Amino acid sequence: MPDDPLAADAGRTRTGALPIAGRDLSLGRDGRMLVDRVSLAVGTPGVTALLGPNGAGKSLLLRMMAGLIAPDGGAVTWAGRSPDRARAHLVGVVFHRPVMLRRSALDNVRFALKAAGVPRSERRDRAMAALASGGLDPLASTPARVLSGGEQQRLALVRAMATGPEALLLDEATAHLDPASALAIETLVLKARDGGAAVLLVTHDLTQARRLADRVVCLHGGGLEADLAADAFFRGPPAGPARAFVEGRLVA
Amino acid sequence: MQDLGGAFGEAFRLIGAFDGDLVEIVLLSLRVSLSAVALAALVGLPLGAAVAVARFPGRMASIAAMNAFMGLPPVVAGLAVYLLLSRAGPLGDFGLLYTPEAMVIAQAVLVTPIVAALARQTIEDLHGDYDEQLRALGIGRTGAVATLLWEARLSLVTVLLAGFGRAIAEVGAVIIVGGNINHVTRVMTTAIALETSKGALNLALGLGIVLLAIVLAINALAGLLRHSVAESAHA
Amino acid sequence: MSRLLPSLAAALALTAGAAAGDDSFIVLQSTTSTRNSGLFDRILPMFAEASGIEVRVVAVGTGQAIRNAANGDGDVLLVHARDAEEAFVAEGYGVERFDLMYNDFVILGPSADPAGVAGMADAPAALAAIARAGARFASRGDDSGTHRKERDLWRMAGVDPVASSGAWYLETGSGMGATLNTAAGLDAYVLSDRATWIVFGNRGDLALHVEGDDDLFNQYGVILVDPERFGHVKAAEGQAFIDWLLSDAGQAAIAGHRIAGRQLFFPNAK
Ligand SMILES: Nc1ncnc2c1ncn2[C@@H]1O[C@H](COP(=O)(O)OP(=O)(O)OP(=O)(O)O)[C@@H](O)[C@H]1O
Ligand SMILES: [Mg+2]
Repeated sequence: MPDDPLAADAGRTRTGALPIAGRDLSLGRDGRMLVDRVSLAVGTPGVTALLGPNGAGKSLLLRMMAGLIAPDGGAVTWAGRSPDRARAHLVGVVFHRPVMLRRSALDNVRFALKAAGVPRSERRDRAMAALASGGLDPLASTPARVLSGGEQQRLALVRAMATGPEALLLDEATAHLDPASALAIETLVLKARDGGAAVLLVTHDLTQARRLADRVVCLHGGGLEADLAADAFFRGPPAGPARAFVEGRLVA
Repeated sequence: MQDLGGAFGEAFRLIGAFDGDLVEIVLLSLRVSLSAVALAALVGLPLGAAVAVARFPGRMASIAAMNAFMGLPPVVAGLAVYLLLSRAGPLGDFGLLYTPEAMVIAQAVLVTPIVAALARQTIEDLHGDYDEQLRALGIGRTGAVATLLWEARLSLVTVLLAGFGRAIAEVGAVIIVGGNINHVTRVMTTAIALETSKGALNLALGLGIVLLAIVLAINALAGLLRHSVAESAHA
Repeated sequence: MSRLLPSLAAALALTAGAAAGDDSFIVLQSTTSTRNSGLFDRILPMFAEASGIEVRVVAVGTGQAIRNAANGDGDVLLVHARDAEEAFVAEGYGVERFDLMYNDFVILGPSADPAGVAGMADAPAALAAIARAGARFASRGDDSGTHRKERDLWRMAGVDPVASSGAWYLETGSGMGATLNTAAGLDAYVLSDRATWIVFGNRGDLALHVEGDDDLFNQYGVILVDPERFGHVKAAEGQAFIDWLLSDAGQAAIAGHRIAGRQLFFPNAK
């Protein structure tokens, strides 16, 4: 997508990463099917919420889409080709528990820019701009590991977005956050979406899904239960586990 | 007269006198052992980290070998290096036998497996936490090795200290390849061995106490270094 | 590590002055007995003064000194085992052997003297008495010059002590000093060269019981390692050292080495 402002930033390759597509993905461990023939693609700008109860296989699916674990069956492609290191900066990943490097917040972002092949002379300014976009600029020189949980999650997102990715894969990016921090993250996500990024968002927060999502995917027991436009889903999810899940949550 | 009190008296007398020979011996001990640790770090840290991160056939065997070589007896390391450096040996033409360089090599042979094996374990533990994050950022194997070495720097200081402790304390290797030549290759441990063989036990023990004090000082310095690193990048 | 390495490098730079080497030196393979007696500390500075040549002493057992020299790891050999020295020359490792000096061996033991050897003038007979009494005897057991002499004496005494190794006959496999430490600790008899005994600091209950037998004579020889066999041998410097040792000046220097007023080595170059 040569006209995409985010892709134009890419230091290493002009080839895009979208769509990110998993076809017939299966993953088994110890004789148990954890993900069972799931097909899912995110390719257009927008937010896809990935819902499902604990243990449904959401994180495993997200890591397979990110090219971090290989499926036992099926295949993941980025823009039609297998995921590769050279395009990693086009796919931003934020884990449930963010991994902060033992260096300052600024250097954490600079590290990501360096990995993406951004020239040294540009890294500092771009890293500062990214921090500012997440309101983290006052903490630039603070060691990342002393930041609060919410600040670390914001930093993880800022780090993932700094390289101008085409896709963002976010695993419970707002879990355990107070409303203000969650809002800060949501604002960043919307900003990325408005910039043209495709976002896949694992969340247990249905109101958040309502606020952000254009599309909802529901996973249960490793299988895909629903894949609907957001308004259709919230108007009334289909019968079965997806409905039970949503209603269970709404009641609770 | 040969009691711990006498030895402590002797140690304080040695330190108080600030004897030129003693200073020379102490400096050579430090120079040899620190150089050996530096060499071992140069080889052992990347090696340990690479084995921690890489997956290749024979990996378990090479880990077992590294761990086993931590127990290499100094005399055996000394003998192996002697056979290499002897004029009759393959590297004899360099004329390194009975020089401080030979002692550095022998101690590096002793210390490298320790550094590599402990670094391997440290980095492997860390790698479990970092692997997916680094790959998500597009970092390859080589980049991961370098990044993890830096991330583990606090623990690795302790690894290097363990190596230094082994180097500065051993006598078996340096006495064979150094020859304990006065003013050339005499270090703390070979001086202690010499005084013991003369039956000057108080002096020997006094030197031992001085050696301990030096090791303590090095550890304190490393502690300060760790502290300042920790300040700048919270462990 | 990028912050650690510079600090290591700085520490190295600090200590690097410690062994600024001078090229005009030779390596002398010699024995612990001569080194521990302090002889080299006295005479080597004199030689350095006269010649400008530094002598670096590697002090090990005679057997190991000869093996090291046979590997070419030394320029001059100064030991005390005549047969082995002559074999060294005959096999083409050394140029020529010269008598240099002598001292003597003594038999030491616990002052209680359980084998009753005190005052005996016949060393083999004293060893036979020790064997008969089954009194502990600490042997070097390291193929050193002293160990070779001890084995000669046992042969003359008609005793095979190795058969009792681990019972009353204790092979330390160590240098003279370590063996004296062992003997002092175990109240064992022991054969020592006189020089090491005189300077030894940890005598405990050990006393001198037997001395003066001709069989206890301890001859030292000096040999230049053959430069035709080992091209790196510093022949000129090594020969200069040997010439000096055999000269009147060198011989006087050896005779002048005294501990507590006692002469330790007696020059006898021809
Ligand atoms: N390496 C593994 N070996 C065995 N089982 C695994 C492994 N990784 C995950 N699982 C199992 O797979 C299932 C799905 O895990 P996953 O982390 O994808 O769940 P999730 O949908 O993200 O749940 P949560 O909402 O709690 O985060 C769980 O039952 C988990 O125990
Ligand atoms: Mg999960």
